[in-house]
This record gives sequence, C-alpha cells and structure tokens, in this order.
Amino acid sequence: MELLYASSVGVLVSCGVFLILRSRTFPVVLGLTMFSYAVNLFLFSSGRLSLNQAAVLGTSTEYADPLPQALVLTAIVIGFAMTAFVVILAIRGRTDLGNDHVDGQVPDTNNHNNDNNNKVKV
Amino acid sequence: MTLLWIPLLSLLGSIISSMTGKLTRNQSTGLTLLMPITALLMTISLAPAVFSGEVIRSTFSWIPLLGIDIAFRLDGLALLFVFMILVIGILVIFYARYYLSSNDSMPKLYAYLMLFMTAMLGIVMSNNVIQLWFFWELTSISSFLLISYWWHKAEARNGAIMALTITGGGGLALLAGLLLLGNIVGSYNLDIILASRDIIQAHDWYEVTLILILLGAFTKSAQFPFHFWLPHAMAAPTPVSAYLHSATMVKAGVFLLARFYPALAGTDIWFIIVSLTGLTTLLFGAYVALFKHDLKGLLAYSTISHLGLITLLFGLDTKLAAVAAIFHIINHATFKASLFMATGIIDHETGTRDMRKLNGMWRFMPYTATLAMVAAAAMAGVPLLNGFLSKEMFFAETLHQQLLGSMSWLIPVLATIAGAFAVAYSARFIHDVFFNGDPIDLPKQPSEAPRYMRLPIEILVVLCLVVGIVPNFVIDDILKSASFAVLGGYVPEFEVSLWHGFNLPLLMSAIAVSGGLLMYTQRHYLFQFHASLPSLNGKKLFDNSISALTKWCQVKINTIENGSLQRYLVLMFVVVLFFAGWPLFEMNQLSGQKPLTPVDVHNAMGAALLMIGAISTVIWYRTRVISLLMLSVVGLMVSIAFTRFSAPDLALTQLTVEVVTVILLMLALFFLPQNSPKESSSMRVLRDIGISAGLGIVIASICYALITRPLESISDFFLANAKTGGGGTNVVNVILVDFRGFDTLGEICVLGIAALGIYKLLINLPLYIPATDSEGRPWAKERYPVLLASISQSLLPLALLVSFYIFLRGHNMPGGGFIAGLVTAVAFILQYIAHGSNWIAERLTINYRKIIASGIAIALLTGVGSWFFGRPFMTTWFEYFDIPFIGEIELASALVFDIGVYITVVGSTLMILASLGKLTANEPANAPSKEVNI
Repeated sequence: MELLYASSVGVLVSCGVFLILRSRTFPVVLGLTMFSYAVNLFLFSSGRLSLNQAAVLGTSTEYADPLPQALVLTAIVIGFAMTAFVVILAIRGRTDLGNDHVDGQVPDTNNHNNDNNNKVKV
Repeated sequence: MTLLWIPLLSLLGSIISSMTGKLTRNQSTGLTLLMPITALLMTISLAPAVFSGEVIRSTFSWIPLLGIDIAFRLDGLALLFVFMILVIGILVIFYARYYLSSNDSMPKLYAYLMLFMTAMLGIVMSNNVIQLWFFWELTSISSFLLISYWWHKAEARNGAIMALTITGGGGLALLAGLLLLGNIVGSYNLDIILASRDIIQAHDWYEVTLILILLGAFTKSAQFPFHFWLPHAMAAPTPVSAYLHSATMVKAGVFLLARFYPALAGTDIWFIIVSLTGLTTLLFGAYVALFKHDLKGLLAYSTISHLGLITLLFGLDTKLAAVAAIFHIINHATFKASLFMATGIIDHETGTRDMRKLNGMWRFMPYTATLAMVAAAAMAGVPLLNGFLSKEMFFAETLHQQLLGSMSWLIPVLATIAGAFAVAYSARFIHDVFFNGDPIDLPKQPSEAPRYMRLPIEILVVLCLVVGIVPNFVIDDILKSASFAVLGGYVPEFEVSLWHGFNLPLLMSAIAVSGGLLMYTQRHYLFQFHASLPSLNGKKLFDNSISALTKWCQVKINTIENGSLQRYLVLMFVVVLFFAGWPLFEMNQLSGQKPLTPVDVHNAMGAALLMIGAISTVIWYRTRVISLLMLSVVGLMVSIAFTRFSAPDLALTQLTVEVVTVILLMLALFFLPQNSPKESSSMRVLRDIGISAGLGIVIASICYALITRPLESISDFFLANAKTGGGGTNVVNVILVDFRGFDTLGEICVLGIAALGIYKLLINLPLYIPATDSEGRPWAKERYPVLLASISQSLLPLALLVSFYIFLRGHNMPGGGFIAGLVTAVAFILQYIAHGSNWIAERLTINYRKIIASGIAIALLTGVGSWFFGRPFMTTWFEYFDIPFIGEIELASALVFDIGVYITVVGSTLMILASLGKLTANEPANAPSKEVNI
C-alpha cells in the first residue's frame, strides 16, 4: 500500500509540474492545484499511513499522528486562498495585458503551431 | 551603566537636533551641544579610574546564543578616542554654526554629525567585535550622508558613493575577518580575543584573518592603494572634512590597528604588510600634497600621508613605536582639524580654495592667518609645537627598527624625505595663501571671519602649543594609559620632552626642515617634473571598474532573467530535481524497516481513479472544462484518501475546499479563454515530460522512503495533553486552536490578506465579458433555474444548522472552525449561484471586509485576553458547567478563538467568490465579442 500511495503522489507531482510548465494561465492554475494536492498528501504521509486510527481520543487504542494533520488542514485552506489569488491574478492579467500567456505576451516564435494562424497583435 | 549613556546621549542628540528646524541657529546649536557636553563631563568623571589602570565594562545580553552582547568597555585607548571624538565634535558643531549659509539646513547637518559621533563612540567603546563592526558600518553610512550633504552637486554625490563603496567594501572584509577571529577564539568578546594572542597567531587562519582585518583598516584610513576616496570626500562641507576626514573617521582604521595590536601584531607578516603600506602611503601622500592647488586637496593628501605615518609606526618592531603612533594620532587630530577649519574660513570669506588665486591673505585676515600658520607649522614638525615631538619620536623609532634586515637604513632615509615634503607643502600652505603677492580675481572681497568662528581654532591651536611646550604636563596620563591598553599590559619607559640633546633624530628633523624649505623655493622645477609624469587617476580607475562591473552584471542578468516566467520555472524545477534527486543516489536502500501493509481492493481502486483523474487532466488540458472536471475527480479522491487514512478532519476540509475551488475555477473560465492553444513545440513537450517525470519519480521515492521508515513523533505530547490541557478529544482541532493557536492566527491572517488582495485586484477591472461561449453559442437565456432556486433556499437553514453542529462538536469530534466556515460559505455560494448576486445584494448587505477583520480581531483578542489573567499570549482556559435540562457542557476560550477562525473563513471565502461572481452579473455585451482571438 505504501508503494501505491507513493506512486500516486508521484503521479500527482508529475502531472502538476507538467501543467505548471504550460504557457497559459489556466493550465498553470490547474497544475498548481494538483501540485498542492501532492504536497498535502506528502506532508500528511510524514505521519505514516494508518487505518481506522483517527486522532479522536477514546475511539481506538492507537492514534494516527495528529500533528501533520493539523498542519495539512491549514495548508488546504491557505492553498485555496492562494489558488484563488492566482486565478484572480490571471483574470486581471488577461484583462490588462490582453492575453493569458504566463509571460504576459505571446511569443512570436512559438505561434507556428497555432490552430488558426491569424494572430492578433496585442 | 554610565558607559552606555555616552553613545546613547549622542544618539539622543542626533534625534534632538533633527527636530530643531523651527528654532534659531543659536538655539539649535545650543540644544545640539547639550548632549555631547554632558557625555564629555561623564567621560571626565570616569577618567581617573581609567588612568589608574582600571577597565570599565558594561554588558547587556542581546543574542546570547550567538555570543552577541551589547557590551561597552572603556580602557585607556578608548578613553583617548572618546575624548578626541567628543571634544573635536563639540568644536566642529560650534564652528558649523558660523560656517553654514542660511540656505543650508542646519538640523540635517547636526543630526548626521551626531549620528556619526554615536557610531564613532560605538566603535571605540565596543567590547564585542560584531557590535564594533556594526558601528563601523554606521560610520561609513553617516559619512556617506555627510559627504552628500550638498546633494545637488554632482561631485558630492560621486564622492559620497565612492567613499561608501571603498569603506563599505572594506567593512565587509572586516566582518569576514572578525567572524574568523571569533571562530578561532571561540568568542566575540573583545576581552577574550585580546587575551588570546597565542591561540590566534598559531592558528592556520591567522594570515587570512589578519589580511581581512587589515583591509578593513586600510580602506577606512585611506591607505595606498585605497586612498583615492579621501580627496573626493572633500566635497563635503568643511566642518565635516575637519571632523570625519581628518580627525576621527579616518582614524578608525588606525584605531583598529591599535585595538587589535595586542592580539594580532608581533608576527613578521604584520610588520611587513603594515609597515610597507604605511611607508608607501606616507611618501605618496606627502609627494602628491605638494602639487595640489586646492587647499582642501592639499590637506587631504597630507592627511593620507600622516595616516601612513601612523600606520608605519604600528608596523615597526620597536618598543616605543606604538606609543609614538598614539601620540601622533592626538597631535594630527588637533593640528589637522584646526587647519581644515581655517581653510573653511578662507573659503567662506573669499569664495575660493584655489591657491593660485589666494595670495596675500595676511593683510585681510591676520588673526586667522596666525592661527593657520601655527597649525601648519605643527604639521611641518617645527619645534615648540606638538607635531615636532611626535615626528621626533617617529624618526627615532625608524632608526631602531630592523625590519628590512641589512637594508633597514632605507626607512629612516625615506622617512626624512617624506618629512621634507611635509615641510614643503606646509610652507606652501603658509606662503602661497597668506603672502606671495596679491590675490587674483577672488569671487568675494576677503575680510576677517566672525569672532566666534575662530574660537574652535584658537582652542585647538592652544592645545598644539601647550602639548608642544610642556608635553608631560598635559598628555602624560592619557598617553600612558592608552599605550598600556595597546601594548597589552605594559608600558615601556619613555619620556616625551622638548629637548633630547643633539642626536640623530634632531639631525633628521633639521634636514627635513631645510630640505623642505629648499624644495619649496625650487618648486617650479618640481611642478614641471610632476606635470611630465603620467597622471595616475584613482577616480578614473574606480569609475571604469565600477562601470565594467555593472555592465558585466547587466549582461549576466539579461541572460538569466529574460522576462519569461515559463523559463524561470523550468530552471527552478531543474535545480530542484538536481538537489532533491542527488541525495537519493547516496542512499543505500530506499525502503525502510517498517513492514509494508497489504494492498486492499478499495485502496487500489481509489489510487487508480486518482491517477486516471490526474492523467486525464493533463491529456485534456487544452479543453479546459473537461480538465477541470477531471481535476475535481482528483480532489475528491484525495479527500477519500484522507478518510481512509484516519484523517476525518482533513477529509471534510478537502471536500468543502474542493467544492469551492471548482466553483471558483468555473467562474474563472467564464473570464478566461475556454481553450488553450497548442503552442509548445514537440521538443519542448518532450523536455517538460522529462522534467515532470523526473520530479515525480524523485518525490515518489522520497515519499516511499519516508513512509516505510518508523516514526519518531512529538505527537505523543499532544495526544497525552489534548484532553487534560486543552479540554478536547479531537486532537487535530485542539492542536489548531490551542497548542499551535498562534500558527492558526497567522494562517487566518494569510487567508484574510489573500481575500483583501483579491478584492483589490478586482476593483476597476474592465472585464471582457464574452457574449458567447468559445464555439459561438450564446449563453442560456434562463440564468437562474427555478428548481435550483427553490431547493437551495430551503436548503440554506439546514446547511447553516449542519455547519453550526460541525462547529460545536469540533473540539471533541471531527469538525471545527475551518470546516464549519467552509460549509457555511458553500451554503451561501449556492444561494449566489441559484439567485445571482443582485438578488442577494437586495436581501443581504454584508461588508465582507468587515467580517474578515472582525474574525481576526476576535481570534486576536482571545489571545490577548489571557494577558489579563497574567498568562502568556494565547493561553487557553476551559471549564465544565452543569446546566439544568441540557447537561454538562464545556466552555473553553478556544471556542471563542475558533469562532474567530470560523468568521474569517466565511468572510474570506465569500469575499473571494462573491467579488468575482458579482462581475458576471453585468449583462453580457451584445456587441461582437471583444475577446482576443488567439
């Protein structure tokens, strides 16, 4: 099971990083979100994996490590705040710059693969 | 305690004088002088103890773990410098009152001067070398401010930058040297360092340490080849030149030599470096000074030369050399400060400092001329003046040294030559300015300076005479106690007196004086010779190297930082890949000792769904809606994973956050293009796949290695104390609101800040609202489906009830402020979706910013509340109460804190979504889509 867990984290990291490296803001946001899933799972696993041992006193004899859970809980909420901020930044950037490229402008050299080649100068 | 007051008073003076802008000049000067005069009286009261051999100390702990204290120490050497700094400082401030024109801001100059005084006092009295360095840098900074006092002049700005670069660079070398020294000795305490001579000099790092510290000293004291900043620093107002660039700041370098003399001196490398640097500077400065036409230029090079003399003395291996050096420090400060002030008067009264124009001033200002001539004679080393005595001692010591083996005779010869040059430039200062015919088109008609402007010079000149005639009477005590400190606990027998009989040093003096006068009378030949030499321009060299460095940096920056965020990210990930992957190859075995748990079918299913979701997100990333839906599958699987692995709180949080995130991203899609163009080349895609696969493998390996190793956790403490100390059985929640409540406070602040940032970003946002979707279909006419509207309305109270329940039980069962807040927010968002924000706005006027602020305030005040019970910040309290009909109930201050968390989360989440959602409420444009078509 540990192997499965670790591979899942690995897949999330890979997909997240790949999306972060894309050139448009929305995939980057998706990538960041996915990456933060991976980070949360990773941090959570530093308390090791345990089944049916929720850290609620009196419900079992052994308990999962509550500390990483507490840290990850706030990380999830803050992660949401950051995602939201990046999304709004992307919207703002798109509005102010006229495109949704992460570099703020669409590079001329990369456009030869465009589906429709009628570029709009921004 | 008194010791701390000396620099503190001067700092206070800096603050006071900066606030005297509205007062008259006399009031401002008087108020400013109050503090240093008090400090001077204090120092005088401490002097007898220091003279009797005591070292006064005063230490306050600051960062004890790093061995850094606020520590002051007053021994003979420090006392001498404190006197010099305070006395000359007081005179200079008094003088500046008459020097500054009515256009110049007096409070500004005074505030900087007093700041500088503080820094200087800090250097000489520090008993901790890091603290010493701090004040050292502060002198560089205040010197920068003072040189650029007339900031509208380009030369002032350039001179200030140059001085800061050179002395600041030296300061960094000094810091490195002092850190090494601290490491060698094991302490930054000066007392301990000075007592560890043998350890330091036997250490492998001795040479490096010495050279670094000497670099600091030499740059500050303008030793060759770092001398060139000093003449350019003369762009400062003359009182500044008199104070910083002749009497005190440039003496900080030689002070450093004196301070560390007991610990660092005595080795061959010390003698060679220090003496040769000093000798070169002495000769070079004396030679160049003769050819300067600017009075202050002459004095600047003369200062360089005298500093060289002092350095040379510290580098001589004879018994009395250090004593002579200290003596010359005192003498140079007195005569050079008075000469600068006299120059200031000449400049002030004639409007120029050019010696080719200034002639025959004797007739116009006989009083100033007399004073300047006496001081210049002291500079030349004429008998009956203090300069003569220390120069005699210097000549005597050059005769006793054995530094260069059989060629040691060279040093006294060169010293005599330098002495002759000193006589020549002093003669030029006197003859050229005060006699030598008539003035040539002066900008102003010269006249005698105001009475009190001359007073500081009179005091200093009288000092020159008194020391020169009855030396034992005046300076015996202070010279002996300073030498005692420098030589590390013993003072060789010496006697400073006017007449030593006919001996070799007297002959050298006589040769220097007659040679110098001869040189001056024949100066035309010398000037011709000098003009034929190729000019060595330090400023040009400095400017060129600085601009070359700037250009080089610019090129490097442009190469690395080309403005493409994509590229930065790639570089960052590659670096992470390398540094995170490298240690894995050095590990012997990836899996640890912990036995693996078997895979069951549920887990396998979950993992498979998660991976499929993730990979699908990537595959369909260009069709944004689909990839978003796939991403939400991943999020749900993550929340199920949390449930599975005993983290119900996390699962609840993840679930609610997931809902909010997906709604948010859906909204964002409305404003962003709905498709991503395909624009990466195949090579780039391949590269990105490589990087991301590599990172995935590395992180997965680390994760696997981590979770297969046994756990040593500090959580036992939390498990043991959650109920007894925090009053709750849900340990995760108790950690959040109690054990680590301070962290949580920080985190809700971050949340609030993010929400406010978003609010700000969305203000005045001219959105492109698309009229159609990406395929040209118009949006549905029916914006708010009736079914959804009616169901959501009836759901709202239910949802609020649930969130209330989750909140209340949070302390003992999964739940709590974060989750309850998110549930509440989701319930409200559903209303927004079902009815639109206009509908909500009609019924509910909420200012989310106020909600966020009140949430954080509640959490903060709960923490502050514990102060009123005499407990540290955020101490929690709880008690059980038995209430009739309801039963036993627990009330805890953590609950109030959790209310704060709840309110902040509700406020922030709603503010984020409502602010964005509100924008969609505007009618979509019917005009052709303004969307940029890419």
